[in-house]
Amino acid sequence: MDGGNLKEILSVSALNERIKALLEEGFALVWVEGEVSNIRRPASGHLYFTLKDAKSQIRAVIFRTFFGRGENRTPGFEIEDGLSILCRARLTVYPPRGEYQIIIDAVEPKGLGALQKAFEQLKVRLEAEGLFDRSRKRPLPFLPARIGVVTSPSGAVIRDILTVTGRRFPSVDILIAPVRVQGTEAAAEIIGALDDLQSVQGIDVIILARGGGSLEDLAPFNNEGVARAIARSRIPVVSAIGHETDFTIADFTADLRAATPSAAAELVVPLRADLRETLQSLHSRINRSQRQATQRIRERIADLSQRLRDPKRRLADTRLALDDNIDRMRTTLSHLGAVRRRELINFITRLEHRNPRVKIVQSFETIESLGKKLRAARERLDQQWKNRVRSSLALLDSLSPLSILHRGYSITRRLPDGLILRDTGEVLTGQEVDIRLSVGHLQARITGIGS
Amino acid sequence: MSKEKFEEALEKLETIVRRMEAGEMTMEESLKAFEEGIKLARFCTKKLDEADRRVDLLLRQEGEMTTKPFAGEAREPEQ
Repeated sequence: MDGGNLKEILSVSALNERIKALLEEGFALVWVEGEVSNIRRPASGHLYFTLKDAKSQIRAVIFRTFFGRGENRTPGFEIEDGLSILCRARLTVYPPRGEYQIIIDAVEPKGLGALQKAFEQLKVRLEAEGLFDRSRKRPLPFLPARIGVVTSPSGAVIRDILTVTGRRFPSVDILIAPVRVQGTEAAAEIIGALDDLQSVQGIDVIILARGGGSLEDLAPFNNEGVARAIARSRIPVVSAIGHETDFTIADFTADLRAATPSAAAELVVPLRADLRETLQSLHSRINRSQRQATQRIRERIADLSQRLRDPKRRLADTRLALDDNIDRMRTTLSHLGAVRRRELINFITRLEHRNPRVKIVQSFETIESLGKKLRAARERLDQQWKNRVRSSLALLDSLSPLSILHRGYSITRRLPDGLILRDTGEVLTGQEVDIRLSVGHLQARITGIGS
Repeated sequence: MSKEKFEEALEKLETIVRRMEAGEMTMEESLKAFEEGIKLARFCTKKLDEADRRVDLLLRQEGEMTTKPFAGEAREPEQ
């Protein structure tokens, strides 16, 4: 326990320097595994964390230079709290603080491979972002006019696609956007091709294809940039990475995932025979419909015309009823007529009994005899009258002053008043008188009056 | 050429057939529909009978996109 060395007194710096030399030499290369915790990434870009297990912990750092530039982080996955990692490191002591830590220069996730881990992490992130959402998936065109194919222009993949599309529907145009499908440039080329196809006229579906491969081979299809290029494509994208069981990020992001390039071709291009069949079926259905429509209308017309006949029948019935009634009426009438006729004959007989003809004849005879009597009576009366007139005329004639005048008498009238003079007192001497003779007149003046 | 028109035509045809099958059309309507349907069917058949296709390669030369006919299998092996 005693030694001259013990008496050596060291400064803190000297001690730390010695420890540093000892440790850094003794642990120049170690493999260590543990769980990441307490992760920090200051502005310097270096990554600080604690690596720990159940009982112990150690400080760890990954220098910025270790990470490549941009997205191409060499580990390919994110180092995050809780991650179990296996690291290659060397121990380093930091004298200013008297602390030691490990500087990691290689790291891979424990359990999963680095690529797998990267894949899982990207998947979780993009999924959370909604890039795989079902609602984002666009429907494929029913029959594309032109298919954009992003793949290697050589090899089985493009051949399969051309064969299958050509067989299914020979008139669908294909535009191949040639890319490398693996290697460091592949992702960038695929992104470029997807973006280029957006501006090509007439492309209405894109197949992104590759003929399978290991996880390393498929790296471009697990690339975030490729996933985003698929997501921003306005044209539906069908992925065909040629891996039956494992899905790539591209598969998740694509609008439709096909297991193989041939399957993609089948999904994208309808089978012409099917279409023909559909068309033929539609054709026969339309013909049948038309026939049925015509038939239906025919039946309707038939039905209607049948129902139209109804009133006719009713008319016939009415006519029959009318005839019947007329018959019955006629019978009734004729019967009634017989009765009436008998009554009439009866009346006529009775009337005959009272026929006034005999009376009329008698009356005519009476009238005739009366007429004769009347005529006779009138003739007698006429004769009597004639006789009386004749005697009266004679008498009259004898009495007429004219006849007196004729016998020599005259009539004297005083003038001017015409008074017939019967008395001399009725005139004065000198007065004029008119003397009527049997023939002619005399004008005279009274010259004297006798007694 | 116009395959979009093909799809449209086929859809139209299907609609017409369904409507006719529903039997709710007047005689005139159904005659009209029938005529149109037959026309569409002929159009679709014609489209189906087309046989030629173009297979082109999309190329970017000095930033300009061009296409040239795809000559079939290229020599370079798939990587």
